[in-house]
Amino acid sequence: MVKTWRRRLQALALVAVLAVLATACGAPAQPSGEGGGGSGGGEAGLPADTLVWGRGGDSVSLDPANVTDGESMKVTHQIYDTLVEFKEGKTEVEPWLATGWEVSDDGKVWTFHLRQGVTFHDGTPFNAEAVVFNFERWMKTDNPYRHEGENFEYYAYMFGGFDEESVIEKVEAVDEYTVRFTLREPLAPFLQNLAMPCFAIASPEAIKKYGADFGRNPVGTGPYKFVEWVPDQQIVLEAYDQWWGEPKPKMKRIVYKAIKDNSARLAELMAGTIDVMEDPNPADLPTIDTGQFDILYRDANNVGYLALNNDKEPFNDVRVRQAIAHAINKEELVKAFWGELGQAAKNPMPPAMWGYNDDIQDYEYDPERAKELLAEAGHPDGFQTELWTMPVPRPYMPQPEQIAEAIQQQLAAVGIQAEIVRHEWDVYLEKTGNGEHPMALLGWIGDNGDPDNFLYVLLDKDNARTPGAGNISFYRSEEVHQLLVRAQRTPDQAQRDQLYRQAQEIIHRDVPMIPLAHARSPIIVRKGVEGLVPSPLGSEKLHKVSVTR
Amino acid sequence: MLRYVIKRLLLLIPTLFGISVAVFGFLYLIPGDPAQAILGERATPEMLARLREEMGLNDPFWVQYGRFAGQLLRGELGRSLRSGLPVSRDIAVRLPATIELTFAAMLVAIPLGVLAGVIAAVRRRTILDYGVMAGSMVGVSMPIFWLGLVMMYYLAVDLKWLPPSGRLSVEYEAQVPFITGMYLVDTLLVGNLPAFVDAARHLVMPALALATIPAAFIARMTRSSLLEVLRQDYVRTARAKGLLERIVTLRHALPNAMLPVLTVTGLQVGSLLGGAVLTETIFSLNGVGRYIVDSISYRDYPAVQGAVFFVATLFVLTNLVVDLLYALVDPRIRYD
Repeated sequence: MVKTWRRRLQALALVAVLAVLATACGAPAQPSGEGGGGSGGGEAGLPADTLVWGRGGDSVSLDPANVTDGESMKVTHQIYDTLVEFKEGKTEVEPWLATGWEVSDDGKVWTFHLRQGVTFHDGTPFNAEAVVFNFERWMKTDNPYRHEGENFEYYAYMFGGFDEESVIEKVEAVDEYTVRFTLREPLAPFLQNLAMPCFAIASPEAIKKYGADFGRNPVGTGPYKFVEWVPDQQIVLEAYDQWWGEPKPKMKRIVYKAIKDNSARLAELMAGTIDVMEDPNPADLPTIDTGQFDILYRDANNVGYLALNNDKEPFNDVRVRQAIAHAINKEELVKAFWGELGQAAKNPMPPAMWGYNDDIQDYEYDPERAKELLAEAGHPDGFQTELWTMPVPRPYMPQPEQIAEAIQQQLAAVGIQAEIVRHEWDVYLEKTGNGEHPMALLGWIGDNGDPDNFLYVLLDKDNARTPGAGNISFYRSEEVHQLLVRAQRTPDQAQRDQLYRQAQEIIHRDVPMIPLAHARSPIIVRKGVEGLVPSPLGSEKLHKVSVTR
Repeated sequence: MLRYVIKRLLLLIPTLFGISVAVFGFLYLIPGDPAQAILGERATPEMLARLREEMGLNDPFWVQYGRFAGQLLRGELGRSLRSGLPVSRDIAVRLPATIELTFAAMLVAIPLGVLAGVIAAVRRRTILDYGVMAGSMVGVSMPIFWLGLVMMYYLAVDLKWLPPSGRLSVEYEAQVPFITGMYLVDTLLVGNLPAFVDAARHLVMPALALATIPAAFIARMTRSSLLEVLRQDYVRTARAKGLLERIVTLRHALPNAMLPVLTVTGLQVGSLLGGAVLTETIFSLNGVGRYIVDSISYRDYPAVQGAVFFVATLFVLTNLVVDLLYALVDPRIRYD
């Protein structure tokens, strides 16, 4: 019995091994055969009418309102349109699906006139009802078209919450092409918020039809329509011929390929299988062959800073804070840790943004002056403190632990002995939000291209409340507060611009925190890719982009 | 035999229970708050509180574990925070890629390992033997991500013989429908030969990278096992009968030497799943391994728990099958 079993098994094994050998020899033989068949076969290449965009991760969902990640927004930005749009490469807004608007004197009622003759990719007409449908779905928690797992976090971030907490009290269709928003209180960044890719207008019919699966079956009015999504692999879009805008999409197809590993993505670019790559390793930048590729940069929309806890001694003394500003050699830090991608910061908001006050003169690196200031403040021998550092690199803080060590040394040179403290990322956010730190490294990435999104979030006294403080410097300037709140209530952008410039002056004088650097981010494109204007906000409409091979 | 099978099957219950506790417990013990991790820098305290409540994070450990275990018993793996889809659906989409990759790697590793092992044993203490042994040493200690990148730069960027990563070229992707999810199979089912070749070309480098370690293990195991068998009496008898050395080795010794190799191979299938995590990440394959890596970096706790439990279960089941096969082949086993 046993014997026959063994025989059979042996026979089976032999067959298996043979099959295996045949296949194993066969598989590698094919490519070498092909490679040998045409040494020019390597350039089988990409279809001429397709742009292939290589990026580090897949999208999460293609319902823009229900995601917060950049990789989702990049794609939804092509599929959908927003009421207003950021100007190419800028942070100001321009008309888009809305051709114009009026705002009441008290800043609470906004009336938008909509573009006519626009249709969604599924044929549904775009009109005031469609806008109302989308906003009601986001703002009302009892809306029947909110499905399980749909949190609309960005709506809550930008408009204060849902239902009664929402700044938007109601949205009404005045007539077919006019929509009116009534706000509970004035919200000056309102237009900027509406321009964010997450508040794009989706086809109501598609939302009803697909239900909880809408995020996998997106339908908008944008220049490209959705074709196919292979998870973790690629998303394919196709030009929408009836798009209302100009110019019509230049490429027939856009393929977003998710290639997680930075080096592998670079290999794909060099092998000619993608046209564009985002987020290269900074160390690889000098090795890029500029005869074959161009490096474009998205202007910084972020700031990395050293928060000084103004609630704690001795940081409640402005002279101590000024001393620290003089003690830190920003240029050195930026050169060492941000490299080509960094720019030393003098304000808590990035230079590419409107409202930036370029007249400010930064505190110069001057350790002697720092020691004098410390002595004046009653610390002739310096003092002991803690320097908290985040555990994960972020664009605005590429190597946080090493940066902390460098700052530690620079502070030691003027007598400040700082012990470095590390925590897990979420613990870190929680503890700094509670104000438990004396000094802490952190940063901010802008959302909507509005100065309010930096200055109010990071430095207004309203946000110096625990837990979950956004202002972890715990700076409470009544002067700054008045300016920022006035700026929030003023619909006129030129006036707001002035208010923000003033606020930056006071902030500079008070040094509540030390802005360290802004980081721009590189995009490498192969020669022949034309019309790509990098946006500081991290995602571009691609209808003007073409590629010739 | 039947008793042995039943015993082994019953043993699955405490094993799976242990895995579920471990998978859940490790993530529970990680310091910090998943709600904070999900919402990030922008979270307001109200949003945090709401999400914590929604996720049931305020409940005691055993209540939370109970919910997790209850799900598993109903055959559900939970719902991903990132995609909002059931984890089982996310896995179902990605499993074919992993199976295809693992299978291809075994197709490379088994014949290569056995062949190298036999050569080393037969040509014992020659330059061939030392070569195989040294090679397998290197193979075992080779970091997959490094090997993958080297292959990619050499074979794809420099020589342009193979595509660098992914599973299909852009131009074929639209032509292949999702039938089994395994592109080698699907392309054949729709009779698209160029797409099949393209898919096979994409699979070569990842399969080679993934096969390195198991091939090296199998080679070492085959060699030592075969050497032992060659010393046995019945082999001496066979030789004494005047049989050709080749026949003695291949017909008489090798089949018996393959028993321990079978075990090692089974174990390697399990560890291939681990290697697949790296391989899939380097070569941008949309498999289960990469899903776990991505879920970890997004702190998608339910997805990590569900997927790790799934993979661990797969590992246990593979080992079970190997053990049962082993018992079938070698009757001595079942008396243990």
